[in-house]
Amino acid sequence: MSDEVMYLYAVTDADLGDAEIDDMRAVDGAAVHIIAEAPVAAVVSAVDAERFSASALRRNLENLQWLEDVARAHNAVVSDLAHRRPVAPVRLATVFANTENVRALLRTRAQDFVAALDRVRGRREWAVKGFVGLTDPPSAAAGSTDTLSPGRSYLERRRAERDSHTRHIEEASTEADAIHNRLVKLTLANRRYPPQDRRLSGYRDEMVLNAAYLLPAGAEIEFRRVVDEYHEGHLRLELSGPWAPYSFATLEGDQ
Amino acid sequence: MTVGGMPVPGRARPPDHRQESTNLADILERVLDKGIVIAGDIRVNLLDIELLTIKIRLLVASVDKAREMGIDWWEHDPTLSSGQRDLAEENRRLRERVGVLEAARAGEGNGDNEDDNEDDNDDNDGSRRVLRGREERRPERREQKGRQDE
Repeated sequence: MSDEVMYLYAVTDADLGDAEIDDMRAVDGAAVHIIAEAPVAAVVSAVDAERFSASALRRNLENLQWLEDVARAHNAVVSDLAHRRPVAPVRLATVFANTENVRALLRTRAQDFVAALDRVRGRREWAVKGFVGLTDPPSAAAGSTDTLSPGRSYLERRRAERDSHTRHIEEASTEADAIHNRLVKLTLANRRYPPQDRRLSGYRDEMVLNAAYLLPAGAEIEFRRVVDEYHEGHLRLELSGPWAPYSFATLEGDQ
Repeated sequence: MTVGGMPVPGRARPPDHRQESTNLADILERVLDKGIVIAGDIRVNLLDIELLTIKIRLLVASVDKAREMGIDWWEHDPTLSSGQRDLAEENRRLRERVGVLEAARAGEGNGDNEDDNEDDNDDNDGSRRVLRGREERRPERREQKGRQDE
């Protein structure tokens, strides 16, 4: 008879207190609640059962604005928590019919969650992206194409541009590998991801590095220094974080 | 340059609008493609939604699905190709397997009964370990009888 279902954001240690979540705003502006089942606790909020039904989700996830609102709210809760304590973030739109079902999850997967939390305890996730600008087309080939017909000349020029573009990316990718390997030495774990699509990210430059790193607290200063002071070759680095440990507080089969 | 993410510790919590400045792609990449997958009661498998907006799909589609769609930008970067990622994954599994075999051999001397299903072990590689949700086998504590995997 309830019109509300439980939206799960993350799992954390069972000692989470109400004072820590009082000021958080969840999806749809709702309050955040704790469902504790020692040794772990779930962070949830009530959401409208109709809006989050399977069929409505299929429709709503098509709507980028709806998705953005939910994604930002989801990330805000997870990030606020991660700022204060070890947290295992759960994927967007994980919804349970009621509180008891969330409790059942916590009971059956308690060990998995504890192990995931242990892996990120006292550690934080940072992200580094590497970009290469593609703004200067080559002019070297221009002289040699003077004797060609205009059409042929055009094609030659295009080919030279494309080759230069490819070389540029290749060189930057090699540089990305090198800096990644340097950063890996400072970190406990790392993940490399495919570059983000420009149409969504809005970046104009080509992304050749998209990586996440798990750092112990003591390594952050050095890690940030290496990234901030990197000025080599074609590559431009961008650091973001600390993020909630989305990439590292994972369970079996979810890597 | 540092952008996005959580506030730096020691500072007051940021006003809510700061969230908005975090790149949407960064957030979607995390909440849609990372984080723990749990079978909720009402679960929509994000990768199964056929009509998912192309923008989002470009971001979250699995490599195979993207390839079916003719999207192959990662193929041009050998470090991002699925082949290399699979290799890394296989290496990881092999390392685990070796650890298991070595531990099993160490355990044999103690009259330990073999459990074919057990493939987890304390390999001290805490950061990348696969979680099995079972009790770890600790040969040095064999005297605790009755501990057995289900």
